[in-house]
Amino acid sequence: MVLERDPALDVVDMPINMGPQHPSTHGVFRMVLVVNGEKIVDLVPHIGYMHRGGEKLMEAMDFRQGIGYCDRTEYLAQFSAELAYCLAVERLMDLQVPERAEYIRVILTEMNRLSSHFMFAGAFGVDAGVFATSFTYAFPQREFLQEVFEEVSGDRLMYAYFRVGGLAWEVPDNFVQRVHEVLVHSAQGLKDIDDLLTKNEIFMARCQNIGSFSAQRAIAYGLSGPMLRASGVPWDLRKDEPYSIYDRFNFEVPVGNYGDVYDRYLVRIEEMRQSISIIEQALEQLPPDGPIVPEKMPRRLRTPPGEVYAKVEAPRGEWGVYLVSKGGDKPYRLKMRSPSFCNLSALREMTIGHYLADAVMILGSMDIVLCDVDR
Amino acid sequence: MLGILRSMSVTAKVMLTRKPVTIQYPEVHREIPNRDRAFPILIWDEEKDEPFCTGCHACERACPVECMTVVMKDNPKHAAGESKRRKIIDEFWIDYGRCMRCNICVEVCNFEAIGMNNTWAGHELSRYDRSQLVFDLDQLLSQSKAGKVDPGLRA
Repeated sequence: MVLERDPALDVVDMPINMGPQHPSTHGVFRMVLVVNGEKIVDLVPHIGYMHRGGEKLMEAMDFRQGIGYCDRTEYLAQFSAELAYCLAVERLMDLQVPERAEYIRVILTEMNRLSSHFMFAGAFGVDAGVFATSFTYAFPQREFLQEVFEEVSGDRLMYAYFRVGGLAWEVPDNFVQRVHEVLVHSAQGLKDIDDLLTKNEIFMARCQNIGSFSAQRAIAYGLSGPMLRASGVPWDLRKDEPYSIYDRFNFEVPVGNYGDVYDRYLVRIEEMRQSISIIEQALEQLPPDGPIVPEKMPRRLRTPPGEVYAKVEAPRGEWGVYLVSKGGDKPYRLKMRSPSFCNLSALREMTIGHYLADAVMILGSMDIVLCDVDR
Repeated sequence: MLGILRSMSVTAKVMLTRKPVTIQYPEVHREIPNRDRAFPILIWDEEKDEPFCTGCHACERACPVECMTVVMKDNPKHAAGESKRRKIIDEFWIDYGRCMRCNICVEVCNFEAIGMNNTWAGHELSRYDRSQLVFDLDQLLSQSKAGKVDPGLRA
């Protein structure tokens, strides 16, 4: 018997809208997926819902006022964004940051990396279908870290704590002890997440072999951070172009083999372990007292004319600030090179050919921050 | 299968050994750190019975979001010889709906007249109308006058 093919069962390419208000787009992001059956044949991302003209706004702000805006741009790794901005202005002004301020900056930035990756681990589990379990394990740990940030800077999220030349004010007396306390929590939380997800067969089956990206393609797309390292490129600005005092610490740069979603998760988990080790080393070397701003700090920040590009390794990748000054106390032009935007550009190529449900995983594995994509 | 069992053992272990970290918020208020910054308030000089603020406009100029309006006047107490402040604040508005809590006003103040509120009163500010978030001089001073603010606010 020969089965007649029923023309009614023929599939056609159908566009499906996802977002802008969708829980797994991690913000306000819209993509139009063209699907054939359940396979994705095309994807059109739409960004710009969160555009606030931040770069233009910062041109009207002087160098102290701009710091508050950095927080609001990269709202999961605020200290990294502040650090890049401060580094740019410091290089332009040729300011030497005191030792103690550098150590505190490194400690806080690495703790921020921990909190950002906890956010990733929690949200990624939700994307994978662990429902809220990973979220409830990762979020208390992030909260413990934020409590320390609040004690130091006075705010849970918008710290505005780094200043050009150093720090806004001294850390509290029990800072070292508090960081040690919270690191115990973080290590515990990391173990929880690790046990919960890493070797879980369902999770592995869900993550492996989707969204693979070769090293060549990753470099061609300008990916950075864990996305690039998962593809097997050991590129970490902390190691390869050390800024601040990162050349004083021993840590490893984890890389993945296949560049798939599972590798990105593994790289981030391993990065958290390395961050904990960096913080412990920094706490050991932290000078017990000393200035936190340079001695000859000008009262009003004025830069000589010139241009500078400062970049830091933020949790999501290379966060760069390109600053052009024509003299005076405000930038003439400021460009933020945000890792989320560049990483997101690879979404289309990564997603085509996979199932519709995997698109959510691939987007989740990028760990984008939409405020940072749109600026 | 082993991995799944291990995942489930985490949940079981945590359920049995750890206590919840949740704080039942409206009933229980978390203790907030001393340098917590909510919204800027003005500080009352108990000795002279007048505000510290002289209305010098330093904070108004430094504010990145321009949420402040300051009006100064001649100090009547200076003419009477009771106070050294020649000028004093007449009117002061802060739009809490605009304020981005960056602490710059506190840093630039030469008289330590403005501080970031570090109590829960500075956080629980929900209003029905945005216009009610514009605080005037009396509202900004009321908390400090009543002595409900740590006078050693970071300045």
